[in-house]
Amino acid sequence: MTEPGRSGAPVDGPAAASPSAASPAPSAFLDVRDLRVHFPTDDGLVKSVDGLSFRLERGRTLGIVGESGSGKSVTSLGIMGLHTAGRYGRRKARVSGEIWLNGTELLSVGADHVRKLRGREMAMIFQDPLSALHPYYTIGEQIVEAYRIHHDVGKKAARKRAIEMLDRVGIPQPDKRVDNYPHEFSGGMRQRAMIAMSLVNNPELLIADEPTTALDVTVQAQILDLIRDLQEEFGSAVIVITHDLGVVAELADDILVMYGGRCIERGPAEQVFHEPRHPYTWGLLGSMPRLDREQQDRLVPVKGSPPSLINLPSGCAFNPRCPYADVPKDDLSRTVRPELTEVGDRHWAACHMTQEQRERIWTEEIAPRL
Amino acid sequence: MLAYLIRRLFAAAVMLVVIIMVVFGIFFLVPKWAGVDIAASFVGKQADPAAVEAVREKLGLSDPVHLQAWEFFKGIFAGRTFATGGDVVHCSAPCFGYSFKSEQAVWPVLTDRFPVTLGLALGAAVLWLVFGVAAGVLSALKRGSLWDRSAMVVALAGVSLPIYFTGMLSLATFAFGLKWFDAQYVPLGQSLGGWFGGMILPWITLAFLYAAMYARITRATMMEVLGEDYIRTARAKGLRERTVIGKHAMRSTMTPILTMLGMDLGALIGGAILTESTFNLPGLGQAVLNAIRNQDLPIILGVVLITSLSVLLANLVVDVLYAVIDPRVRLT
Amino acid sequence: MTTQRTSGRRKQALAAAALVAGLLATAACGSSGGGKTSDAGYDAAGNKVVNAGTTKGGTLKFAGTQDGDSWDTTRSYYGFAWNFMRYYSRQLVTYKTEPGKSGAALQPDLATDMGKVSDGGKTYTFTLRDGISWEDGKPITSKDVKYGIERQWAQDVLSGGPVYLKDILDPNGEYQGPYQDESADKLGLKAVETPDDKTIVFHLPQVNSDFPQMLAMPSASPVRQDKDTKSKYGLHPFSSGPYKFESYEPGKSLELVRNTQWKDTSDPVRKAYPDTVSVKFFSNANDMDQRLIAGDYDLDLSQSGMSPQGRQTALKQHKGNLDNPLSGYVRYAVFPQNVKPFDNEHCRKAVIHGADHLSLQTARGGPVAGGDIGTNMLPPTVPGTEGREYDPFALAGADKNGNIAKAKEELIACGKPDGFGTTIAVRNNKPVEVATAQSLQASLKKIGVDAQIDQYDGSQTSGIVGSPSNVEKKGYGIIIDGWAADFPSVQGFGRPLWDSKYILESGNNNYALIKDEAIDELFDAYAKELDEGSKGRIARQINHKVMEGAYYLPFTYEKYLNWRSSRLTNVYMTDAYNGYDFISLGLKSSK
Repeated sequence: MTEPGRSGAPVDGPAAASPSAASPAPSAFLDVRDLRVHFPTDDGLVKSVDGLSFRLERGRTLGIVGESGSGKSVTSLGIMGLHTAGRYGRRKARVSGEIWLNGTELLSVGADHVRKLRGREMAMIFQDPLSALHPYYTIGEQIVEAYRIHHDVGKKAARKRAIEMLDRVGIPQPDKRVDNYPHEFSGGMRQRAMIAMSLVNNPELLIADEPTTALDVTVQAQILDLIRDLQEEFGSAVIVITHDLGVVAELADDILVMYGGRCIERGPAEQVFHEPRHPYTWGLLGSMPRLDREQQDRLVPVKGSPPSLINLPSGCAFNPRCPYADVPKDDLSRTVRPELTEVGDRHWAACHMTQEQRERIWTEEIAPRL
Repeated sequence: MLAYLIRRLFAAAVMLVVIIMVVFGIFFLVPKWAGVDIAASFVGKQADPAAVEAVREKLGLSDPVHLQAWEFFKGIFAGRTFATGGDVVHCSAPCFGYSFKSEQAVWPVLTDRFPVTLGLALGAAVLWLVFGVAAGVLSALKRGSLWDRSAMVVALAGVSLPIYFTGMLSLATFAFGLKWFDAQYVPLGQSLGGWFGGMILPWITLAFLYAAMYARITRATMMEVLGEDYIRTARAKGLRERTVIGKHAMRSTMTPILTMLGMDLGALIGGAILTESTFNLPGLGQAVLNAIRNQDLPIILGVVLITSLSVLLANLVVDVLYAVIDPRVRLT
Repeated sequence: MTTQRTSGRRKQALAAAALVAGLLATAACGSSGGGKTSDAGYDAAGNKVVNAGTTKGGTLKFAGTQDGDSWDTTRSYYGFAWNFMRYYSRQLVTYKTEPGKSGAALQPDLATDMGKVSDGGKTYTFTLRDGISWEDGKPITSKDVKYGIERQWAQDVLSGGPVYLKDILDPNGEYQGPYQDESADKLGLKAVETPDDKTIVFHLPQVNSDFPQMLAMPSASPVRQDKDTKSKYGLHPFSSGPYKFESYEPGKSLELVRNTQWKDTSDPVRKAYPDTVSVKFFSNANDMDQRLIAGDYDLDLSQSGMSPQGRQTALKQHKGNLDNPLSGYVRYAVFPQNVKPFDNEHCRKAVIHGADHLSLQTARGGPVAGGDIGTNMLPPTVPGTEGREYDPFALAGADKNGNIAKAKEELIACGKPDGFGTTIAVRNNKPVEVATAQSLQASLKKIGVDAQIDQYDGSQTSGIVGSPSNVEKKGYGIIIDGWAADFPSVQGFGRPLWDSKYILESGNNNYALIKDEAIDELFDAYAKELDEGSKGRIARQINHKVMEGAYYLPFTYEKYLNWRSSRLTNVYMTDAYNGYDFISLGLKSSK
C-alpha cells in the first residue's frame, strides 16, 4: 500500500519516545514525542494518552486505530490543542510531552499561537457532521467564518471561496447549497461540507476523526475516496482516526494501533495488515466487517471490555483479554509492561511473545480464518 | 415559512374564541351554579330589590346563557348599549364589558393601564435579560468557582423570595431609608426623570426574580451547549474563545431563553399584580386587584381576557421568533 | 412553569431569607429620620382642635387605600366619602365643624335656619341663603335641592347610596324617580314643594325626629338637572361647595381645586383653607403608611387606621402624630333566636357570662388598635349613650375574664347543665373576626359549650346570615358581626338591628330576630320626639331593653389609630364621621 518513492520515515523507532527538554527541532513535519494527556477526576487520574510518540510527513496518511477509549480521539484533540481551549470550571486536562508541527512545539508556544494555527495549519473533520455543524448557521456562513478568521478578505471573496470548496468536494449546485442549513443536507453531503470547511485554508495537517462512522456504507466509500483525492491534491499530512481497520486499509500509508492510551503496534500499513505482530491487532482484523463473509464467522473478535484508564492492568495492558497471555514464560504478561520492539522494517509491536511464537500463531491460527 | 405562520395564526384565532368562551363561562356561569347573585353584588349596602332587578336587566343576566355569551362576543366587535330606567350607557367597540361599580367601560380602563404594565414588564425584561443572562453565562464559564456558587445562591434567593418581600425591602432601603428614589409612579408623558425614578425599583424588584430564573436557565443551557460538537468545531476552526462563546454558544443558549421571555412577558403584561400593588403602579395588575376587592366582575373579566390574549399573542410571537432563530423549525 | 423553576433547596432559601430580613430591619431603622416631632401629642385631636390657624393656601394631600364607592352624592355609602363630599357639595343642614360630640350636632348650611317645623313635626320649611351658587356661577335653587333628593328614587340607575329620605317621604313607593318622571320639570315628587327658588317644603307622612339628620347626608345634596349625567355623575360631580373636580382617575387619583364661584360669606361651615385638595390611591397600605410618616401625604382618606407595620413604626417614633378615635363601630356576637337553644335567654346569658372579654379584646387588636371592651350596644358616639358606665354584665369590670360560675348557673336555668353544641358563623374575609371567633370558641369550651366555627363568604353576607331561614338551617347560634350608625342617633344605629318591623327574609339585619313590642314602641316614640333631651332618654331605654334581652355579646367599641401630619391645622375628630373633620383642615404654610 505504501507508495514507493515517497521520502521519509513517518513512523520511527522508540528513540522518539525518550523526550528531553533540549531535544532539537525535528525534521519531520509532525513529530509527537511522549504525548501524555491526563484528566484529573474525583475517582483518580485518567491517563487517556500515556506516552505516545509518532512522526508524520506531508503527503502521508497515518491511521490511528483502536477501540473507543483507547485514546485515539484524545490524541487528535491534544494535537489540535482542544483539551486546554474552552475547558471551563472543570479541572483541566494535563497535557505533556512535545508536539512539533512544522518546527513549532505546540505545547509551549502559548494558547493563542496554537489557536491561530488551528484551522489554518491543522484542521479537523469530526465524526458526526450533523452535530459538528452549527444548526443555526448556513453551511456557507460556517465555511466563510472558517476562511475569514485566517484570511483578511471580504465576505464576498470568502463566499466565493466557500462555493469553490463546496464544488471541489463534490456538492452539486454549490452556489445554491451554500445558503442551506446543515439539516437540509444529507449525511454524506454534510460530511463533504465539513471537509470543505476543514480544507478551506489549505491546512498542511488534516485530522479526520472517525470521518465515516456516522454515514451509511455506500457513502463511506465516497467520502474516503474524497479524502484521498484531496490529500493528493493538497499534499497535506493526514491522520485518520478510526476503530475500523477497513477505513485505514483504504487510506493509510502507516498504521498506529492504540490500546489503553498507548501504542501497541505500528508500521507501514501493508505490514500491519499482512503481518500483524500483536494479538490485539489480530482481534481488530478479525472484527473487520467484510463483504464476503457472514458476520458470525468473524474469527477473533476482541472479547471483554476496554481497560480502565485509571488503573491499567499490570504487565501488558491487554493481558486480561489476550488469549495468548500465558504463552510468554514466567507470567511475564501480567508483571512486566512490554516495550515496542522492532519486528520488521519500520514495524514495531509491544508483546512479550517471541517473534517466532507470534509468526506461528498468525500464520497457523489466525490468518487462515480471516 | 408562510404556511407555518398561517397555521399558527389560525390556531391562535381558534384559541382566542375558546378563551373568550371559557372565561365568559367562568365569570357568568359559575356564580350562577354557586347560587351567587351577581346583580346583588353590584348594588350597595341597602340592596333595593328594584336596583338589583335593574342591574340584572342592564347586564342581561336574566337572558339565556348562550344569548349573554353572544351579546358579549358581539360587543367586542360592534359595541353594546346598556339601558335601564331612563339611563343609557353606550360601550363602544371593542366593548369588553362595562363596570357598573366605577361606571366605566372596561376597554378604556385596560388601554389606560396597559402602558404602565407594558413599561414595567419591558423595563424589567431588559434588566433581567442583561443581568440574568450575563450572570448565567459567567457562572457556566466559571462553574464551581466562588462566583458561580454565590451567584447561584443569590439566584436561589431571587427565585424563592416573594415580590412583596423584596419589593418592601427595596422600598424601605432605597426610597424611605437612603431616599435615592421617590418610587412613586409618574406618567412618562409628564416627566421622564420622574417616570424613571418611579419605575426603577419595581424594575429591579421584578427583574431580580426573573433574573434569578434566567441566570439558572442560562447557566444550565450554556453548560449543555458548551458540550455540543459544533462548539468544538468552532474552536477547531481557530475562532477566538470570545467568538465561540459570544456567537456560537450564545445563539443556541438564547433559544430557550427567548421562548421563556415570550411566555413571561405575555403573562406579565396581563398584570404583574404583586409588583404593581407593592409599588402602587396604576397598571393592569393593580386594576384587577382593586376589581377583586370591589367585586367588579367586568373589570376582572376584562383583565383576565387581556391576560389570556397577551399570553396567546406571546406564544404566537415566540413561535414565529423560534422559526426565525432556529431554521430547523421552519419546516415543521 | 414557575414551580418547575423554583428549586426545592429550602434550607438555602431560608438562610437567604433570614439574611435579607435582617437587612430589612436595619433599613427600617435607618428610615426614622423623617418627621419632626413638633406635633401636638398623642390623641390630641380626639376632643379638641389641634394647631388652630387660618393660613390659606397649599395642597392638602390625602392618601387612601380605597377609592370611594362613588363620588356621586346620591350613590355613596362610605363614611369617609360622606366626609369628603362636603368639599364639593352642600346640604340644607350639615354637621357642626366642632370636635367630638358637638360635631355630631346639626347646623344650617344652604338653609338660613334649621327649618320651620309645623303640623306636629310633619312639615319642614327651609329658606335658602343668598349668594349660594354652583361652580358655573348660577344660583343654587330650591328646585336643585329637590331634584338632588329625587335622585334617591332612581335606584335602578343610581344604586348604592342610603335611601332614608325615599323611605320616609314616599313610604309606599309612589314616585318613579326623576328619570321616569312624566312632568316637564321632572319635579314630580309630591312630598316636596318648591313654591319659589328660595323655599323648599317637606311634607312627611309620619313624624320622624331624625329627619334633619337625613337632610344632612350627602344624598340630600342639590343636583342641577342639566348637569346630571345619571350613572356617570360620580365621575365628575357638579360642585356646590368650595372646591370642584379638577381631575379624577378612578382607583388612581383625585384632585379638587377651588370653586371660585363659592363665596365664604354664603357658607357658615366651610373654611376652605387649602387651595387644592388631592387624593392619591395606593394598593399597598404599608407603603402608604410609610409615606404618611415620611410626610409625603397628610392623612389617610379612609380614616380606618394604619396597617400593622405602619402602626408599629408610628407608635415607636411618631406617637405624637397619632390619634386614637372611636370608629363608631360596635363589634359583637349576636344570638339568633330561631336557633336552639338560643331561644332561651338563659342560654344566651350563659354565653355572655362565659366569654373571656379581655381575650376577645386582644383578638380584636388590643385596647389601642382594637378598641375598648364594649359594655352595651349603644356606641359612645351616638347621642344618649352612657358609654362604659352602663355595664349590666360587668364585661369590662369584675367579669372581664368571664364568670364561669354565673355561666353555669344560667346553663342550669336554661335546662342545659352540661352545656350544648352550636356553630359560630364568621366572615372568612376578615382575619380579625376569625381570630375573635376562635377566642370565643376557646372560652366557651370551659363552660361546656362546644362551638364549631363556620367561615362563610364575607361578600355574600346578605344571602347567608341575612336570611333567617338559612341561619336556622345552618344552626348559626352565634354570628360574629359589627355595626355602625349611618347617622348619629339610636334610630340611625339600632332600628335595622332591633326593630321587629325590619326583620326581612333576605338582607335581614335583625339577626337576633328581636320581636319586642316595647322596643318597637320606643323607636316609634323616638321618631315622634323632637326634644333632644327626651330623645337621649329613649335611646337609653332602647339600649337597656336590648341588653336585658341578652341578644348580644358586645366585644369592643372599635378604635382606630390614625395619622395626623404635623403640617395640618385645625385638626379634630368629629363624631359625625368618626374621623378628622376634613372640611376644616388647613395647612401651616401655603407651600
